[in-house]
Amino acid sequence: MSIYIDTLINGILIGLIYSLAAMGLALIWGVLKVINLSHGAFITLGMFFAYLVFKYFHIPPYISVFLALIVGFILGFISYFIALHRIVSKAKSFKEYELSSLLSTFSLSLIITGILLFIFATTPMAINLPLSLFQTKLLASIFSIIFTVALGLFLYKTYLGKAIRAVSQNIDAAKLMGINTTLVLAISFALGIALAMGAGNLIAMVFPFSSLSGASYELKSFIICVIGGLGNPIGTIIGGILLGLLENFFGLFFNQGFVPFIEFTILILLLLFKPKGLFGGSK
Amino acid sequence: MENILQVKNLSKKFGGLIALNNVSFEVKKQEILGIIGPNGAGKSTLFKCITSIYKPSSGKVYFEGKDITYLPTYKKVKLGMAITHQIVKPLKELSVLENVMVGACYGKANLSLKEAKEKALEILDFLGLYDKKDLEAGKLNVPQKKRLEMARALAGKPDLIFLDEVLAGLNPAEVSKMLEVILKIREKGITILMIEHLMHAIMKISDRIIVLDHGQKIAEGTPKEIAKNEKVIEAYLGDPKFALKLVKH
Amino acid sequence: MKKGLFSLLISTFIILYFLFLPIVKSSPILREASFTTLMYIGLAISLNILMGFTGYVSFGHVVFFGIGGYTTFTLLYYYNFPLILALLIAGILSALIAGLLGFVVLNLRGAYFAIATIGINEAVKALVNNLDFLGGAEGLFFNMKIYKAYGGPQNALWLSFYLIGLVTLIALIVSYFIKHSKFGLGLFSIREDEDAASTLGVNTKLFKTLTFMLSAFFPAIIGGIFFFKNGSIDPQSAFSLTKSVEMIFMVMLGGLGTILGPVLGAVTYDKIKEALLVSETFKNLHLTISGIILLLIVLFVPEGIVGFLRKKIKPLKNILD
Repeated sequence: MSIYIDTLINGILIGLIYSLAAMGLALIWGVLKVINLSHGAFITLGMFFAYLVFKYFHIPPYISVFLALIVGFILGFISYFIALHRIVSKAKSFKEYELSSLLSTFSLSLIITGILLFIFATTPMAINLPLSLFQTKLLASIFSIIFTVALGLFLYKTYLGKAIRAVSQNIDAAKLMGINTTLVLAISFALGIALAMGAGNLIAMVFPFSSLSGASYELKSFIICVIGGLGNPIGTIIGGILLGLLENFFGLFFNQGFVPFIEFTILILLLLFKPKGLFGGSK
Repeated sequence: MENILQVKNLSKKFGGLIALNNVSFEVKKQEILGIIGPNGAGKSTLFKCITSIYKPSSGKVYFEGKDITYLPTYKKVKLGMAITHQIVKPLKELSVLENVMVGACYGKANLSLKEAKEKALEILDFLGLYDKKDLEAGKLNVPQKKRLEMARALAGKPDLIFLDEVLAGLNPAEVSKMLEVILKIREKGITILMIEHLMHAIMKISDRIIVLDHGQKIAEGTPKEIAKNEKVIEAYLGDPKFALKLVKH
Repeated sequence: MKKGLFSLLISTFIILYFLFLPIVKSSPILREASFTTLMYIGLAISLNILMGFTGYVSFGHVVFFGIGGYTTFTLLYYYNFPLILALLIAGILSALIAGLLGFVVLNLRGAYFAIATIGINEAVKALVNNLDFLGGAEGLFFNMKIYKAYGGPQNALWLSFYLIGLVTLIALIVSYFIKHSKFGLGLFSIREDEDAASTLGVNTKLFKTLTFMLSAFFPAIIGGIFFFKNGSIDPQSAFSLTKSVEMIFMVMLGGLGTILGPVLGAVTYDKIKEALLVSETFKNLHLTISGIILLLIVLFVPEGIVGFLRKKIKPLKNILD
């Protein structure tokens, strides 16, 4: 029996870590309608940030995560104006906007990954804390819950958060209401990137990583967003936990290697039949 | 005269909202049937249900006697229906000529590329868009885009054409020009179903008129009968200007 | 001159140039470089048939390259099929798989389609990773004996080279005829506005699916040739998302939906990459530099090289395509 409880706990913890990784993607997707293909690269950047800060200043990731959030916000804000602002203001149709933003965020990913590869190659890295694997997982999970609550409160209780939700629902109406949509979009993107870097920063204390690690978290984040729907942090948490449980319980009974196959099959099925998320209406 | 289209008890629900409620009517060959009604009466929904852009919740649609209710849109077009959009949908980056060629190639006419080009040029000439033929369709102005919608629909040599507010946004001179065009289209043997807000125009041009209100058909008859119909005037009371226009005629 | 013919001629000339240069100089080094260029051209043309003509951006198009590679490899490895037959089977199988997948996935639009194609590629990669029959994560290796039937490894390399040139040329001609056909006009109407296209009588679902199948056919054959020449195949190299993105990059760089665009885009991309890999400084930064170039294209010249030339040089406007 205890193996099931272990699997359950582990699944939930891993799931919370996944939802941590997915939060930034969901925010940007929900508000900007951009599928941010640089998400994984910023997660990786967060991992190396944690690594370097720990190596040179001996600050552990659970402290440096706050620095990572700030750095991420600044980088995200700049990235918005470099890679997206022109597309937001110039695109002639939503279709064009969608394609261009996919490509421009992918360019960001190439740029960041290229730099990381240049400096660190693909050497595996790890941060050695005097904590057990379980403890680091637990710590990261707690942060995941804190981030979710904080993001939820921010989106629903603050003026800026409400502006962000207004823009995500109807940008033209928001503009008419006198909301500075450019600023809101930039801040939303910056927040999304901050969350990606923060997530990477925390994940780095749990699992080893390399310059290419972000990609797999990015793919899992897609799945979580599609399960949980967009624009609601609770959905992201639930999506993450479901994914974590699926992975762990599947591995208990079947060949672990097939997990990604199952995951992506679920992704495609959900896209087809439940594009608004498992809990949203059908299309 | 023979019916070309028969609509029987057509209904459409969006969630709890009933957009179209048991609407039935017939369209005779070569007639101009006007469809009017206040905003939100379900006029465009009716068109969309007949042409399978929306799937009707219940009811039947017969085209030349055959049940075609659930055929996909493109098949209906191939059978001889032609559709224009209330909100114009030009194929923006294709030339005006290419836009019309799509209609000629894939409509009932089913022309080859070469024949389609000739047909398209002929139609563009007919609608006064010939000198714009090489322009990107996205660069036309609104009245031109409306005419392009009609050109594309006509190029397929349809038997029945759906015109959804092709007069909206046109100035009076353009309106009377468009009305002439519509009459000419009818002369070619094409049946016309048109939704219109411009009362004087539709009263002038239609053989018969159907009035929708809150998804229901509330009246049917010649323009004169409609103008006197109490139900119709009542339906438009929410919109006094409209009622006034109706009474004037 | 008929519109587009000029572009077809230049494109053919470019392909023939890369095909004949190594032959004339009988240089294996040039042959290897040209092989890559021709392969890129072929892949870019294939993706352009889908992405340029219908507007559906497949981010996981490399999956068909991989499927073709594995099919060819398996047929040769286990059953000793003749290469040409194996390649044809690979192409057809890939097209059929695309047909099945496309029938479902092409219901998705825009970014959702893009994500689904990434998902498909990752799912197939994960599956192959776990199939012992296909060598799992390690992949499969040819025994050198396989090349004997083709006159030894050296001749097999030349054969692969001729084949890649031939396939690329066929892909070019097919894409030209599609673009200038009635079918092509239907595809472009889908690209512009799918709803409008169906109200004009275009069977959008069928058209999209057929196009998806066609755009999956050539990459499979190209993948087959590539891995035949390579002598080994593994999931990482067969289903690399980077290659997918390279394909998109080349099409965008050259000019989406044009005939000459993918050819110019592939050659330019290949040469940029070559130059970067040669230079000591840039060698390890080539990903970053590719990223910067892609970003600049997307932001400032989204119409690509061909579109740019057409806009800037008036006489080219009507002949370049």
